[in-house]
Amino acid sequence: MSRETLIDLLYLFSATTFVLALKGLGSPKRARMGNGVAALGMLVAIVATFFKYVDGHALHHVGLILLAMAIGVIVAVPTARFVKMTAMPQLVAIFNGVGGGAAALVSITEFVHIKATHPATYVTLEVLLGVLIGTVSFSGSAIAFAKLQELMTGRPVTYPGQQVLNGIFGLGAVVLIVIILSTNSTPLLWVLLGLAFILGIAFVLPIGGADVPVLISLLNSFTGLAVAASGFTLGSNLLIVAGTLVGASGILLTRLMSKAMGRSLANVLFSAFGSNVTASGDTERADGRSVRSGTPEDVGVLLNYSSRVVVIPGYGLAVAQAQHVVRELAEELEKKGIEVFFAIHPVAGRMPGHMNVLLAEANVPYEQLVEMDEANSELQTADVALVVGANDTVNPAAKDDKSSPIYGMPIINADLAENVLFFKRSMRPGFAGIENELLYNPKTTLVFGDAKDTLTKIVAAVKAN
Amino acid sequence: MGNVLLQYATVLVLSIFVGIEIIAKVPSILHTPLMSGSNAIHGVILVGSMLVLGSANTNLEEVLGFLAVILATLNVVGGFVVTDRMLEMFKAKSPKAPAKKTDEVAQ
Repeated sequence: MSRETLIDLLYLFSATTFVLALKGLGSPKRARMGNGVAALGMLVAIVATFFKYVDGHALHHVGLILLAMAIGVIVAVPTARFVKMTAMPQLVAIFNGVGGGAAALVSITEFVHIKATHPATYVTLEVLLGVLIGTVSFSGSAIAFAKLQELMTGRPVTYPGQQVLNGIFGLGAVVLIVIILSTNSTPLLWVLLGLAFILGIAFVLPIGGADVPVLISLLNSFTGLAVAASGFTLGSNLLIVAGTLVGASGILLTRLMSKAMGRSLANVLFSAFGSNVTASGDTERADGRSVRSGTPEDVGVLLNYSSRVVVIPGYGLAVAQAQHVVRELAEELEKKGIEVFFAIHPVAGRMPGHMNVLLAEANVPYEQLVEMDEANSELQTADVALVVGANDTVNPAAKDDKSSPIYGMPIINADLAENVLFFKRSMRPGFAGIENELLYNPKTTLVFGDAKDTLTKIVAAVKAN
Repeated sequence: MGNVLLQYATVLVLSIFVGIEIIAKVPSILHTPLMSGSNAIHGVILVGSMLVLGSANTNLEEVLGFLAVILATLNVVGGFVVTDRMLEMFKAKSPKAPAKKTDEVAQ
């Protein structure tokens, strides 16, 4: 067997592990193993590549390659290992962005490399698509990161003529690609790179913080496509398979995520959602409608006399680092024979599944986590719904108020329970900036304060009884 | 446009179907790890980065290729480590809580 055949077989092995990994990620039991399998496949591919011949000779610059890899590992491992779990979405954004950047650079470098040989038009097209998509993913992810990390405002950034201007950028990129295809001009390639960079930023700016996770999923898919384009240029089946798998699954995942919010993908991307809804919050409160509030001790008593409690966690729980206390509370209640469920909205937290990860981290048994539909049927017989750090995902405006921006989003019907306990730091509206009618519901008792402090006091109150 | 391109196009089209088919059955609670896991998988661009740096003839190619390898390594290593960290938390729980309707939830 020739060296090249062996390497190609190893690549085939790697491509197979990627498919198996994605499949494994579909089940909680096999997910971790799946990820490990993909990592193994990746390692095999990387090691095999060191022995590959390009342009008829063994790889040059092996020292440089190892040095660059070492730099990457030294930066990536501590970052990935020690960043707080709540910061996970932006971490995914940044690792995705650098992947897009790498794909763009590979395409550019290959263009510079093969330019002298006057490549066929379709080869140049592959290069240009790789540069365009990879760079958009890079700069778009950078802005997404800045929004989630709160380095800039999480609100949509809009200005007059924005859509038109973005259209011009997009059209400009297409025109530029056509010109480069006919001229093979390297300077124009740099112009395309710059334009793609601006396009990525302009595309992401009008997208509000609450929608950024959907965007990250889309950019993830973009990076996959950019990798597939590089695969065409380099003639690598492995890159084509892996890139396309990610590209195709990413687009489907993006659609599932927007569907979970009851909106279309186009609406998520282009409607500057949440930019002009803050005003209504203030006027509503000017009505002087009253809310009912209670102390942690009241809550402790109420919980002790319940037989079924449904906890509805949201991102606020994660911010307050209260997931461990909430698990402690659940354990205390179970000791007293009270049933406890955690009702997980598909978009609770900042990404689908984010809340499950956080609760799992706090050792909440997997069996206690129920998804939205099941939660809504459990809530009908629940004595208490405990809303901890959630807001938009329990907002009845999504059902009743046609003018509300979240109208149509499926919600957890906390108001079905006998009593609603709503933990809030203040009366401020939630992430999407929308007033919540549930706060004024006669069934609702508000418990103000930091979720962690409040929960700690409640645990003490429950124990005391 | 030769046979080679056609062969790549075949791989592309089949991969699209596989990608869609695999994802269709993933429960929503695993969407985040899935996104992160697929993020790690497109880190395979490291292989492409190694090839372009390994065949670089000019200084420009060397600089671009070098940067590409760094970025791709960040992607692949960071991607797998973060995903593993997320999935670590889905490990089997000790049955201290009375198990109920496990199957229903697990589906």
